[in-house]
Amino acid sequence: MKDKSLVSINDFSLEERTGILKLAGEFEQNPRQDILKEYVVATLFFEPSTRTRLSFESAASRLGAKVIGFTDAASSSVKKGESLKDTILTVSNYSDIIVMRHPKEGSARFASEVSPVPIINAGDGSNQHPTQTMLDLYSIQKTQGKLNGLEIAFVGDLKYGRTVHSLVIALCDYNTTFHLISPLELKLPSYVKQHIKDRKLEYHQYTELEEALPKMDILYMTRIQKERFSDPIEYEKVKNAYILKNKMLESARENLKVLHPLPRVNEINEDVDSNLKAYYFQQAQNGVYVRQALLSSILGVKQI
Amino acid sequence: MNNKPRKELVVSAIENGTVIDHIPAEKVFQVIKILNLDKTESQVLFGTNLDSHKYGTKGIIKVQGKYFEREEINKIALVAPSATLIEIKNFQVVLKKHVEIPDHVIKIAKCVNPNCITNHENITTKFRVLNEQAKELKLKCHYCEKYTDKENMVFY
Repeated sequence: MKDKSLVSINDFSLEERTGILKLAGEFEQNPRQDILKEYVVATLFFEPSTRTRLSFESAASRLGAKVIGFTDAASSSVKKGESLKDTILTVSNYSDIIVMRHPKEGSARFASEVSPVPIINAGDGSNQHPTQTMLDLYSIQKTQGKLNGLEIAFVGDLKYGRTVHSLVIALCDYNTTFHLISPLELKLPSYVKQHIKDRKLEYHQYTELEEALPKMDILYMTRIQKERFSDPIEYEKVKNAYILKNKMLESARENLKVLHPLPRVNEINEDVDSNLKAYYFQQAQNGVYVRQALLSSILGVKQI
Repeated sequence: MNNKPRKELVVSAIENGTVIDHIPAEKVFQVIKILNLDKTESQVLFGTNLDSHKYGTKGIIKVQGKYFEREEINKIALVAPSATLIEIKNFQVVLKKHVEIPDHVIKIAKCVNPNCITNHENITTKFRVLNEQAKELKLKCHYCEKYTDKENMVFY
């Protein structure tokens, strides 16, 4: 695990993922420790992502690490035309690990090949965001007491959301039954469905949210963006069909939890927030523990 | 006595070197590019839209004094999977084989994804070749993990 970059969720074996989830649980019990005080963590955000950056910086700071970096490309030498390779090689002189977010797909893989220090991918374009996947797995495991054999519904934009794609692929290791609820225009891409089929797992597709709701253990909500539709009339037709309201949760199982990668716009009504089934803010909090587990194990301070 | 009329060679024979036969007619120039034959100093003879019993039309390339490494020649399998490779020594055929689709391609193809880092920085492209159902040849980009299918393949 030491010095191993995390670019794509598949870079970690099932055992390694299990180890990270277990370690994240230890950090949840004891989130303030001085174990990284000798280390410098660089956060290079070539495009802004306040939520993800703050989560990483909080994880690093609570373990005593120093954090350096930039918050968007405009305030770095990238603006002067520096290549990604040069930026990475330079910053690797100043830090022990690099967390990076970049608008271009494949940037983190490339960085991991040129960098002498490990890279954690905090999102490369529409490709991968593995720490989000890890915190989603952690949240599911924590709320359900297990990962195996759950009924998990994904709702909204299943076509463009990388969060959904990575999580579906990761959940294929846990004998999941998938329920895919989306407008016809935003169905899960066939290459992701192929993963489900390869594992001989079950999946069901719906266009109505309420139809699937009573059977679920997890409801993973996503935002439907207007600009994804070629025909604005189509958007108007479907936009309200995927909004979760408190009343709809009456038919749900007792153990159901509602997850959302955030930011939410209007796809979850605010009246859901006070329902005990709403879990999206705790989910964001879990992100800190998972990132603490990743930073400390990749730096070799903790063993998994 | 052989009654068959002697066939005139449309593309002259070479004494020593390599003949790449059965190239789809429209792919000849792409094959030349992939093998860097537009930059070689060897003599290169080629013909396209030639009659072929098997394929209707075909292209052929003959390179004087040059033999290819297997890895190098297999690069053309992406555009010309039906191609045959013939090595000539002293005007005689010494080896004849089919090209094989490689597992990985490095440097020769471009990623179809405009947002892929390889299209924005000076990076050598790498792909895994997926050929599960022979007709659906696809490249998976090592960097952005997106798929490029056969119709969208562009070569440097």
